[in-house]
Amino acid sequence: MAHTYHTTVGSRSYRFANLAELMAKATPPRSGDRLAGVMAESAEERVVAQMMLAELPLTTFLNDALIPYEDDEITRLIMDDHDADAFAPIRHLTVGDFRNWLLSDHASSEALTAIRAGVTPEMAAAVSKLMRNQDLILVAKKCRVITAFRNTIGLPGRLSTRLQPNHPTDDVTGIAASILDGLLYGSGDAVIGINPATDNVAQSVKLMRLMDDVIQKYQIPTQSCVLTHVTNTLEAIEQGAPVDLVFQSIGGTEATNRSFGFDLSTLAEAEAAAQSLNRGTVGRNVMYFETGQGSSLSADAHHGLDQQTCEARAYAVARKFNPLLVNTVVGFIGPEYLFDGKEITRAGLEDHFCGKLLGVPMGCDVCYTNHAEADQNDMDNLLTLLGVAGCNFIMGIPGSDDIMLNYQTTSFHDALYARRVLGLKAAPEFERWLEEMQIFQDVSTYRLNDQLPAAFANSLRHLPKEPRHGI
Amino acid sequence: MAYNGSSPIVVENPWERLSAFTDARIGLGRAGISLPTSKLLAFQLAHAQAQDAVHCPLDVEKLADELAQALELSQLPLRLHSHAQDRATYLQRPDYGRRLNDETREQLQQAATSQQRFDLSVVIADGLSALAVQQNSAAFLSALYQLFKNDRVDWQLAPLTIVEQGRVAIGDEIGALLNADAVLVMIGERPGLSSPDSLGLYMTWAPQPGLKDDSRNCISNVRPAGLQVEEAARRFFLLLKEARQRKLSGVTLKDRSEDDVLEGDASASGSTRNFLVAD
Repeated sequence: MAHTYHTTVGSRSYRFANLAELMAKATPPRSGDRLAGVMAESAEERVVAQMMLAELPLTTFLNDALIPYEDDEITRLIMDDHDADAFAPIRHLTVGDFRNWLLSDHASSEALTAIRAGVTPEMAAAVSKLMRNQDLILVAKKCRVITAFRNTIGLPGRLSTRLQPNHPTDDVTGIAASILDGLLYGSGDAVIGINPATDNVAQSVKLMRLMDDVIQKYQIPTQSCVLTHVTNTLEAIEQGAPVDLVFQSIGGTEATNRSFGFDLSTLAEAEAAAQSLNRGTVGRNVMYFETGQGSSLSADAHHGLDQQTCEARAYAVARKFNPLLVNTVVGFIGPEYLFDGKEITRAGLEDHFCGKLLGVPMGCDVCYTNHAEADQNDMDNLLTLLGVAGCNFIMGIPGSDDIMLNYQTTSFHDALYARRVLGLKAAPEFERWLEEMQIFQDVSTYRLNDQLPAAFANSLRHLPKEPRHGI
Repeated sequence: MAYNGSSPIVVENPWERLSAFTDARIGLGRAGISLPTSKLLAFQLAHAQAQDAVHCPLDVEKLADELAQALELSQLPLRLHSHAQDRATYLQRPDYGRRLNDETREQLQQAATSQQRFDLSVVIADGLSALAVQQNSAAFLSALYQLFKNDRVDWQLAPLTIVEQGRVAIGDEIGALLNADAVLVMIGERPGLSSPDSLGLYMTWAPQPGLKDDSRNCISNVRPAGLQVEEAARRFFLLLKEARQRKLSGVTLKDRSEDDVLEGDASASGSTRNFLVAD
């Protein structure tokens, strides 16, 4: 039940009207919470809120819903699916003790897997607010979330990439050129995924066929996805299109998702439809979700919550539908929500930690826009930190420049940097393919082949002589 | 750049010629697995230009003069300013960029004292790229005004306005104050590395403060290397006529001009054939 929180520090007294306000004020600073008017008003108030949050029993979050049960189907999902048995080992802890437990030697990979269904998004968000960046990295690295479709993603010591061959007019030769470039740099084991410039069913089906043809011809152990609205993909499935993964952007409140044009029943229908195609060879995870702090505020659907708590609630939506991939597109939303490299870095580590703790196969679009106070150095830092934290996958795009979405994300080169410096490998099935195709001279030492592999040299002979101009 | 007579320091990609088919940064080559210096610096230059496009202020005086000359205006455009006083505030407070500051609101109210209704109010806002506005506004409006002139309808245009630190929705307030049936906001879009100069066009029928994105129609990527100003003007004019006829805008108003183009495209290149799967 709603409860007010009071305390006194020296001569100053502090009051937090309810749990949502306490959570918001305990959040490390970021522009989106300032915009929403929920941020702590001083540095001291923030730490006071963190101290009070640390004293709260974890069971508080089972009794005091941040968005009322009656008003929001995601609150109902969180409460109804909570597993009391899984929760038992941590039931007696406060938020502060939960941090200690997560960092302790009691919290082995197995123990973290066992409590997963007993942790709610709000518990994960609350404890993350007390954690330093190194805590977020250390605990996330202990969490194992492994998924599979045509290859296996999230195994220890592996870092996968989404090959993102976007083109501003969906030109097939342009897209094929970016796919080839990516494959020859070892990218694409998480998924080959296109954001279509023209977002309708016919165009999506065309792009699905294009990627399916490439995957089949070269026998690539990976999956494809067109990042169009879930209802478009459902229609594509009805038309018999080769759908591997169903995409949807998701948020942490029912109202956010309604503004995106779907609800939980739509996602259930989509998962069942994609699974009925039986296109996976080593697993049945068929969903690909994207999230990002600030989406609920942007949709005017945040119910007064801070943006990081809303984000964690989106992972409850994700885990319900057994996704292959969940991607926090951390720096895409712009400086109104995450102002600079420091805020983007913090948010990326929080999202990865909360997702992994809740059992979500978390990847990150390590990215920024040109109106944010961020640059390639900030991305290098976050990429390295996430690589250390055991992030499942990142994006791969030619030269970091998405010429369709107008933002910068990690390049094919960046992924190889992270793999080489941290000793990380691609998904095992894909790694074998890279070796067989002679894309690498030696996969174990990360040495690319200086020569063009035979299968691709042959394809380049089919290039049109003259580029087509315009569309 | 051979080294030791055999193994080069920078390995070039034999598929580099594919870059003729896309603006994507493919075939960059590598030093080890890293970007070669020349490619690194080319990227840094593009990023610097995009950042400058965000922070470079609009030269309002110059733009006003250019517009007055190009469009043969009898009076200079009205100069307005949003509630966001500077760029730093603008970037963090989208709500401030959506409304006029008190001073220029009063000026606009004084300028709009006549009871005259207008068919269209044109608002030029710097948005996220003053460069886009500076470089494309006069050319686009020249093309558009020509279409108005040649039309059978005698279009009544409200005084042209230029807003500093403005976001798209600020056009709703301006259009409403000027008694305009529709508003066109020409605004600098979020700059990309390869497109720091991209202008966006947003049209709203019956503008009123508080309207959301679903009541607008957008034509994007207007720039020399993207959608040409003549074509953009043609599309906008069709959209405006459609809005005027049906008295609405937004998701329920379809941009048919674009449909024609897409259908044409689909029949010409609906195939997924490409060099990777040619045989």
